[in-house]
Amino acid sequence: MLNQEKRKQPQGENSIYKVSHLNLWYGDFLALNDLTFDIQEKEVTAIIGPSGCGKSTFIKTLNRMVELNTNVRTEGEILYHDENIFGDAIKVETLRTQVGMVFQKPNPFPKSVFENVVYGPRIHGINDKNKLMEIAEISLTNAALWDEVKDRLHKNAYDLSGGQQQRLCIARSLATEPDVLLMDEPTSALDPIATYKIEELIDQIKKDYTIVIVTHSMQQASRISDKTAFFLMGELIEYDKTEKIFSSPADQRTEDYITGRFG
Amino acid sequence: MNVETSMKSFQQQKANHINNTSSAKTKSYFESEQAKDRLARRILLDRVLQKVFFLSTIFALLVLGILLQRIIGNSIGWLNLDFLTGRLSINPDKAGISGAIIGSLWLMSVVIPVTLVLGVSTAIYLEEYAKNPKLKNLINTNISNLAGVPSVIFGLLGLTVFGRLLGLGSSVLAGGLTLSLLGLPIVVVSSQEAIRAVPGFLREASYAMGATKWATIRRVVVPTALPGILTGAILAVSRTIGETAPLVVLGIPTLILKSPQGVMDDFTTLPIQIYYWTLDTVLTREYANLAAATIVVLMVVLLTLNASAIIIRNKFQRRY
Repeated sequence: MLNQEKRKQPQGENSIYKVSHLNLWYGDFLALNDLTFDIQEKEVTAIIGPSGCGKSTFIKTLNRMVELNTNVRTEGEILYHDENIFGDAIKVETLRTQVGMVFQKPNPFPKSVFENVVYGPRIHGINDKNKLMEIAEISLTNAALWDEVKDRLHKNAYDLSGGQQQRLCIARSLATEPDVLLMDEPTSALDPIATYKIEELIDQIKKDYTIVIVTHSMQQASRISDKTAFFLMGELIEYDKTEKIFSSPADQRTEDYITGRFG
Repeated sequence: MNVETSMKSFQQQKANHINNTSSAKTKSYFESEQAKDRLARRILLDRVLQKVFFLSTIFALLVLGILLQRIIGNSIGWLNLDFLTGRLSINPDKAGISGAIIGSLWLMSVVIPVTLVLGVSTAIYLEEYAKNPKLKNLINTNISNLAGVPSVIFGLLGLTVFGRLLGLGSSVLAGGLTLSLLGLPIVVVSSQEAIRAVPGFLREASYAMGATKWATIRRVVVPTALPGILTGAILAVSRTIGETAPLVVLGIPTLILKSPQGVMDDFTTLPIQIYYWTLDTVLTREYANLAAATIVVLMVVLLTLNASAIIIRNKFQRRY
């Protein structure tokens, strides 16, 4: 019981990530401080908190993208399907294939829509035209973009609108058939209608994927997520079912943040 | 002194200044005779300098104009299809430059692949792999210095290493490798700039898909940087295609009656031909016309290359 409490783990579910005593430093700065919690499979987990609280750093740690920064040091472990992602058993390329990522600013490649979607399959050695076309259609359909782009698959991706570009990036991630989709403020550069479409899309795909989303918008977190984690100064303050966090948070700081008293 | 007190003293000075001017308005410096004199002189200087700068510009253009006029004038009547397709000959009426054109083309067939492969590889190493900033700086400085080394020195290097040591003599390969050294810094620097301009978020997107470093370089970085890389390659070609000194040092023969068939054959090039014909003008006056006609051909080639570099740069500039 004590252990359960310490892990802040809601009971009776399958966790895909098990984070234990994770510390992360940028040089001397401790950005993540002793994080311990589990992320459940096939759920949407929202991470909220004020700027600089380490939420982006945390989801970039889940696919080890954080290591692209210089001077990063980690301690503790993250088990992904019970395999430590910092260990030798799992290659970072394999991890990132299974854990897709969508960034804050849409970042399609300066290539055609089609080439963007099949980028992942191509780097993993699929070259058969028909197979790639099939993957492109499935991924774009799943990302609710197929109908809008099916007539211009070979046009430059930068001709699409910002919202379409972001859905293209989601389609691109889906094309490698990941288990997890990490989203780092995916709608912060988009207008409300494009945001609504992305949220709708998350709702549609969450039955098949584990989604971890960082968001600045508390409304967004409450609309789309099953669980919410509140971060403050690199620490996990509270992690629970989203309804619980937004109706009766256990920690005073969580309540202060969600009611807009700071942040 | 901290910021607050300095701000205070500044405001005080400003207040004093306003008080002074308002109390002694008639004695304002700006209305004195002396100041008016100075202003008139300053305006005069401005006008004179404008003319001087304009004339400086005109001077350079004038020289170019005279050069072009003389060369084109000399080449009229000599530059025709027979001249372009004819073989070399001692008789100026029969002489043509097909051998020199083919020689230049063969030379470029060595220079382009060698500079591109070595230059782009170097740029990729420096921009994507090299971690130690000191080492990177050292290499970068050396490459910039290499770009400033007089070409005749490269000729000596080529003669020693490629001509004698590797026994390539005065073949296309020896000349091509020598000129590649000359073009290399241009390709390296422009490729480095192009690679540096590829935004980080594209690399991130690729790594986040599980791509390795090499896959990212091959499929994202190099394709995005390609217009810049090609521009550099074309500029390197246009620099080397007009080079004479290194080839003279290598001992490229003056009169080749047989066009080169491969990279191991002897050859001559357009600038070499211009050089020798100009030298021999004292013997046969018509050689001056042949040289002029060859210059026109070379300049057309150079202008075309530079124009295509500009077109590639502008047209294929990527949006992201």
